[in-house]
Amino acid sequence: MAFFQKLKDRLLKSSSRLEEGLDAIVEEGGEEIREEAPETEPSETTAPDPAPEPVEDAAPDPEPVQKPAMPKPALDPAPEPRADKPGLLQRLAGRAGKPVVRRALDDDMLEQLEELLIASDMGVDTALRVTANIAEGRFGKQLSTQEIKRLLADEIARVMEPVARPLPIYPKTPQVVLVVGVNGSGKTTTIGKLASQFRAAGKSVVIAAGDTFRAAAVEQLQIWGDRAGVPVLTAPEGSDPASLAFDAMTKAQAEGADLLLIDTAGRLQNRADLMEELAKIVRVIRKKDPEAPHNTLLVLDATTGQNALSQVETFQKLANVSGLVMTKLDGTAKGGVLVALADRFGLPIHAIGVGEKIDDLAPFDPEEFAAALTGLET
Amino acid sequence: MFENLSERLSGVFDRLSKQGALSDEDVKTALREVRVALLEADVSLPVARDFVKAVQDKATGQTVTRSVTPGQQVVKIVHDELVHVLAGEGEPGELKIDNAPAPILMVGLQGSGKTTTTGKLAKRLTEKNGKRVLMASLDIYRPAAMEQLRVLGQQIGVDTLPIVPGENAVQIAKRAKQQATLGGYDVYMLDTAGRLQIAQTLMQEIEDVRDAVNPRETLLVVDGLTGQVAVEVAEEFDGKIGISGVVLTRMDGDGRGGAALSMRAVTGKPIKFVGLGEKMDALETFEPDRIAGRILGMGDIVALVEKAQDTIEAEQAERMMKRFQKGRFNMNDLKMQLEQMIKMGGMEGVMGMMPGMGKMSKQMQGAGIDDTVLKQQIALIQSMTKMERANPQILQASRKKRIAKGAGLEVSDLNKLLKMQRQMADMMKKMGKMGKGGMLKQAMSGMFGKGGMPDVPAGMDPGQMDPKALEQAAKQLGSGKGGMPGLGGSSLPPGLSGFGKKK
Repeated sequence: MAFFQKLKDRLLKSSSRLEEGLDAIVEEGGEEIREEAPETEPSETTAPDPAPEPVEDAAPDPEPVQKPAMPKPALDPAPEPRADKPGLLQRLAGRAGKPVVRRALDDDMLEQLEELLIASDMGVDTALRVTANIAEGRFGKQLSTQEIKRLLADEIARVMEPVARPLPIYPKTPQVVLVVGVNGSGKTTTIGKLASQFRAAGKSVVIAAGDTFRAAAVEQLQIWGDRAGVPVLTAPEGSDPASLAFDAMTKAQAEGADLLLIDTAGRLQNRADLMEELAKIVRVIRKKDPEAPHNTLLVLDATTGQNALSQVETFQKLANVSGLVMTKLDGTAKGGVLVALADRFGLPIHAIGVGEKIDDLAPFDPEEFAAALTGLET
Repeated sequence: MFENLSERLSGVFDRLSKQGALSDEDVKTALREVRVALLEADVSLPVARDFVKAVQDKATGQTVTRSVTPGQQVVKIVHDELVHVLAGEGEPGELKIDNAPAPILMVGLQGSGKTTTTGKLAKRLTEKNGKRVLMASLDIYRPAAMEQLRVLGQQIGVDTLPIVPGENAVQIAKRAKQQATLGGYDVYMLDTAGRLQIAQTLMQEIEDVRDAVNPRETLLVVDGLTGQVAVEVAEEFDGKIGISGVVLTRMDGDGRGGAALSMRAVTGKPIKFVGLGEKMDALETFEPDRIAGRILGMGDIVALVEKAQDTIEAEQAERMMKRFQKGRFNMNDLKMQLEQMIKMGGMEGVMGMMPGMGKMSKQMQGAGIDDTVLKQQIALIQSMTKMERANPQILQASRKKRIAKGAGLEVSDLNKLLKMQRQMADMMKKMGKMGKGGMLKQAMSGMFGKGGMPDVPAGMDPGQMDPKALEQAAKQLGSGKGGMPGLGGSSLPPGLSGFGKKK
């Protein structure tokens, strides 16, 4: 599973900022602990022994100000340590075994966690929800970077678990897969990679080069077809993609192909005319098979921000998208918008693109994704 | 889905305007919303943070003038700051291409639109600046990328460097330089392969190309839909290669273009152009005022006015205005308005540019209203005799039947059209009285006439925009539509007049 490693390395690298940010946040609060109650700070002592415990119980005398704040911790704006939970603090500190900076989970910290998630393109709403879920029942607890990462990763994995499903294969042949997306999202490359994978799995595949608009898009797909060893049906530039799709259906049926992959021209979701063109392709192939297309894949670019939500919504409404592929996850883009998408639409994520080579298409693994997104080392 | 940034901000400031004065608390509340709105618009987090801070520093301590609401005051400050951040030094759209042959290097991530932009820019330089341009693709990685540029070159009539397989990027760049020098070209454009900013070998390749040709301009092409990663992309490309400007593509999408703000704030380099479509002439110079205005919910009014100027003849507008003032509005006027709307890019195009109308246009889409309605209504008017057009009140059952048949529609459609014409005539009458001529005249000339142009920027000033009037205009549009969904076309012209009124 070299892909996994590669993906993980890349994703881990990409999330380094998130990690740094977390450390910074925790340290910010941690310093206050040091200043105000040095004897409770476990990070100062490499091997904390149980001795500080009674000291901490008697902690009020160096910091009497803390006392009034204790009965109403939720209202306390300052990220001060909650000295009322020494047992937990000590337990956690003792387990860590090395200097760990901790910080109480408070409003201020939650807000900063939210921002970190937002910086991964997760979107404001989803980031709020994820942090709220983490905070539930843990408010005021002292947490370390590693623990926060674990919590975030678990929460994200929980959201992503139901949507990580590979492209379903039906007994019906030819299974028609329509690939749609905005311009430059990586549709053609994804088709090349998909064709290669299905071919390797022993399926007979036919590709229809339905991007008759962009210059040399057909040639591009032909080269991918050659690489994957899959026939590519083409039509001249500027011709009707629907008629090409129809011809491709005819050919795929005649040849008894297992899969027909139909490429389409990139279109922005707010272009009604182009969305109508897409609808026409669907209408026309339904003449051949009323159930087609069996899958409609929406290809999303990981560098895209919150517009991905609008893309999914519109394409789902107008083109009946059945699954997602996210490309360009090999860059520094964190793809956090996938969490927002899973949260909102629940569409299955079939695969992710992690490079320009023909085998750079990996299945979506929610745990690894979550770990990579949060920088959690497993 | 999210409201777009302008809707969101107008909501915030609407709330604010209902309170009395501009307190610290007001500013804070508003700016918190501004920050969320910026983040949802894909402005990168550090940029959004800095921006909000800058606004806060400016906003606190400002006294509220009596004539404006606190909301307007904040809008103005935010607007000014947006323009300030977005605007670069020098003319946008100007390229340093004086000593021929001037190399232009195009760089960016995969799929950001480099090749298409190269084609668009070459066409622009050829046609607008009268330059001889040579294009060369250095993309030896993506299948058929060089072929794509060659085909584009053919389409737009710009020369491309002949493709020689097996060369590396630096070799191609050198060959392009040589050919440009020998062939007497003014400009040669190097379209590079898409690359991730973290791919070291590829970034090295681009550095080598840069060192080989010493580009006069290095343009970073960025997808306008880019999210938080925009900052890293800009930093890396600028740091390693040193860019001289940015081109934002796909700004015709419904993305909110927060990347524009991020790019400017991070690199400090000007945004030179924006790509607005797939056609080869869909490239415009970047105008910070316009983008800032759009972000702030004032709509792209400048664009609307310009478009109106392109399509509407001043004389015609003058004549119409006089008629409107007298409260006359017959079928001929209506037809003229409908035709103008189609010319200006149809319902959606016009609505999209109007402030606060984003929601409306969405609703209208939802109700299945589109430009075919406009065409049908024009067909109905064309089926009338001259007398009927001038005096629509003479229409009785038999005439109506004939007209509907002539247009291939139902009598009910015609009735809707008549109702709309009556409503609009009423509106015009009211406007004429209310404005005592002057206001309407100003509005009309601002909208349609060329002479009115100097007034427009003043009218655009956010401080003078009353969000309530906007809302009212939007409501008018809504009520015009109410109960007769087939008649969406009717709503806009009163909306347009309402739009004039708020000045």
